[in-house]
Amino acid sequence: MSLDIWMRENPLTYIWVGSYAVAFLIFAVEIAMVVHKRKITLQQVRLMREADQSEED
Amino acid sequence: MAINWFKYSAPTTFYPLAGKLIPWFAISSLILFAVGLYIGFVVAPADAQQGEFYRIIFIHVPSSIISMFLYLIMAAYAALGLIFNTRLSSMMASAIAPTGALFAFISLWTGALWGKPMWGAWWVWDARLTSELILLFLYLGFIALHASIDDPRRADRAAALLAIVGSVNVPIIYFSVKWWNTLHQGSTIKYSGTSMHIAMQQAMFTMLAACWLYAIAIALTRVRSIILERERNSKWITELAEVKS
Repeated sequence: MSLDIWMRENPLTYIWVGSYAVAFLIFAVEIAMVVHKRKITLQQVRLMREADQSEED
Repeated sequence: MAINWFKYSAPTTFYPLAGKLIPWFAISSLILFAVGLYIGFVVAPADAQQGEFYRIIFIHVPSSIISMFLYLIMAAYAALGLIFNTRLSSMMASAIAPTGALFAFISLWTGALWGKPMWGAWWVWDARLTSELILLFLYLGFIALHASIDDPRRADRAAALLAIVGSVNVPIIYFSVKWWNTLHQGSTIKYSGTSMHIAMQQAMFTMLAACWLYAIAIALTRVRSIILERERNSKWITELAEVKS
């Protein structure tokens, strides 16, 4: 009940915190995950390349 | 001069092209988000019936539209991969799925946020809401199925079948408000015109463009990682500047 009153008294805060902040937080987490994945994948590929090179040597 | 578009269906040529395009999509998306939010919260007036609560549409409607379109694009790529055995198509389908799932989630979440003050309930088992929830489950099913099979080519084929069969849900979502008597409102913008204030339309379409550019930028970034991972034994990967450094 108290949430109902609060959301009607503070509609813009409710919209910002509830939907836009959540959406942008989701985008931020997705960006962080994608960047992290790229770093890890690049590291793996570099390690494989180095291992191949040391085998050839 | 005619451009040979088919050459970009090969990971070797697509990988550097995607790398060049990502910053443009990302920066344009950021600018459009700022412009869209400014118009939506400063320029656009409050709604006569819904007051300030209607401003959720500037994120809810673009998320819903993109979640549906991304599914169709994902299914089309998956079908191309299944029929023509093109490697990049299947990689694109895998790259799109998580972003599509997130947009479906944002659509459902913001819809619930709007539903509480307007309908008095966070959730109702309405045809539009239920079919959008099924869309989220289809995305999650695609991701889970793909992850559960070790061989990537077999995983691509199995997940492609699910994506193609699941695409029947997209027209159901779109037409649900016409086919059934739903609590969810029908389309406000139609071919015949709209009753929306011009600033509201501008904010919604700017946010839609921003979300599209974001989705493209993130899918391209993800597909570059997938290409790196799957083609790691290829000679061209080991010769890339970022791998050598």
